[in-house]
This record gives sequence, structure tokens and C-alpha cells, in this order.
Amino acid sequence: MLRIICFLMAVLVSGLSYGDVAAVYDFDSRSEEERYQNLIAELRCPKCQNQNIADSNSPISKDMRNAVYQMMLDGASDDEIVDSLVERFGEFVKYKPDLDSRTFMLWATPAIAVLGGIFVVAGVVVRSRRAGTAAPALSPEEQARIDKMLAKRN
Amino acid sequence: MKRFWLFMPLVVAVVLGAVLFAGIGKDPTKLDSALVGKPVPAFNLKDLNNPENSLNESLFQGEVTLLNVWGTWCPSCRDEHADLMWLAREKKVAIIGLNYKDSRDDALVWLDRLGDPYRKVIYDPKGTLGFDMGVYGAPETFVIDASGVVRYRHVGVVNGEVWEQILLPVINDAREKG
Repeated sequence: MLRIICFLMAVLVSGLSYGDVAAVYDFDSRSEEERYQNLIAELRCPKCQNQNIADSNSPISKDMRNAVYQMMLDGASDDEIVDSLVERFGEFVKYKPDLDSRTFMLWATPAIAVLGGIFVVAGVVVRSRRAGTAAPALSPEEQARIDKMLAKRN
Repeated sequence: MKRFWLFMPLVVAVVLGAVLFAGIGKDPTKLDSALVGKPVPAFNLKDLNNPENSLNESLFQGEVTLLNVWGTWCPSCRDEHADLMWLAREKKVAIIGLNYKDSRDDALVWLDRLGDPYRKVIYDPKGTLGFDMGVYGAPETFVIDASGVVRYRHVGVVNGEVWEQILLPVINDAREKG
């Protein structure tokens, strides 16, 4: 019995917290709703900085979701919606910043790291190959000395 | 050549250290306003003290002003109120209030009790102007120059130190150029 009560409580509580974030917005079609979900998932909350506005229940996120919804109703494109929020809150609200001179290093660092790694590995491989082939063979005198030593031991 | 490669770890460590050191002490919760260099957005809202009176962006023309975003629900706003009162009393700068997502009655009681440092208070119960200005948490204080262009945004409490070190230099700069 206790288990059932606990379970019911858990279901109720989780429903409450979920309902807090997912305000009721009506969409004409399934694809519009998906578009809305994608938009709010890639916009970042300026107040609670490591959450997107879909996850956050801060008042500013609520306002931003509402603004996204209103702009969608007015027929704005995705870019227009994101741009209008960037105009107000800054580039910060985009999880995927545009590629420009300020963000160039941000985008380029992974490529630089991968290329650098490839160069290092290639360098090591090439060098060890070269070292392998270039190992000087023993001169006849050296070979004779080794043979002598081995013979002594036997 | 080999010698050079021996120094590579040191070079990498120094560069990485410099990059990381530059980030130390920066507060990531304080964002530069996207409005810096742009005019205050157009608005048409009621005067808090005088509901028949409408206010718009022309309020910021003619003189360098502070726009202080506050609400009675905001504990830090209570914190900075005494400092705003001091700024108003000493006539350091004209302060315009933006009463953000608040109720008129609560706001008027607050000003009555704690004093009113504002030349005018814009009443923005739904936070529309706040939203257009990218306000994400009160208190926020904007420096606006004589032609109504946003020069700076400070997020957080205004106190003597913030005034001396941050706001006053921006204001002086705006006054010289304005």
C-alpha cells in the first residue's frame, strides 16, 4: 500500500514540475510544434546560464518562450525569431554562435587540435620508420667479435 | 631542431596558462548588453506616479540619465535603494526608474516608505520594455546618453564602489562627448 502511495505521489509531483515549464501553447500542426521545440531548445537562458529556455522555469525564460510563440504566430522565420532575441539579449542566447572574427577560434580549435594530432602521429610514425630502415648493419669485424663471444659462452 | 621540440611543452603550457588566466575573475553572470550603442527601444507606458500620463523614449533626450530597473519583489533592489537616494540627493545624475513586473500599489508604498530617488518612474507591469532592453534580472542599471543611446549596462546592485569605479567614468565620458 505504502509503495502505491509513494508511486502516486511521485507521479503527481513530477507532473507538477513538468507542467511548470511546459506552458500550454496551441499549434496548428505537429511540425509547427516541433519547430517551436527546436527553437526553444537552442536558445539559452540569460539568467540561468547553463540551461536552454525549454528547460528553465525562470521568469525571463517564460517571457522568451512566449515571445518565440508569438513571433511564430506572426509568421516569423526561425532566423528572424533568433535574431530578434539576439538583438535584445545578445549573442549569448545562441547555443550555436555565428562564425565571425570573435568566434573564429571557438569554431577552429577542434579542427586545429585534430590536425595537430594527425601531424604529431604522422611525424612519429615517419621518424620511427626512417630510424628502422636506417639502422646500420654490423660490419664484418663486429660480426666476427659477436660470433667469438657467443662461441666462448657455449 | 630537436632542442626546439624540447621546449614545446613549455610553450604550450605558457600559452594555455595565459588564455586561462585571462578568464580568472570574470563574472560569467554579467553579460554585456546587446543594446550598447543603440537607442532606447520605442515604448509607450504609463507613469507610475501619475496613471493618466504616458511616457515614451523621448524621456531620455537632452541629458545623461541612469535607467534603474527595479521591483518591490527584488531583495537586491532594497539593498541599493539607499545608494540611489544618495545619488539623487547629491544631484549626481538624473535617475529614471523602470518599475519591472510589479504592482502599482506595492511600488507606491515602497517609494513612500523608502523615499523616491527617481525623476520619473516608468510603470511596466508586464515587463515589455524590460524585455526589449534585454533585462534578465533586476536590479539592472543602464547609462543613457543625452541623445537617448545606451552607453552601458550594469547588472546587480549599485553601491558607492560601483558608482565610483564603473558608472561615473561612463557618465563623464557620455557627458563630454554628448
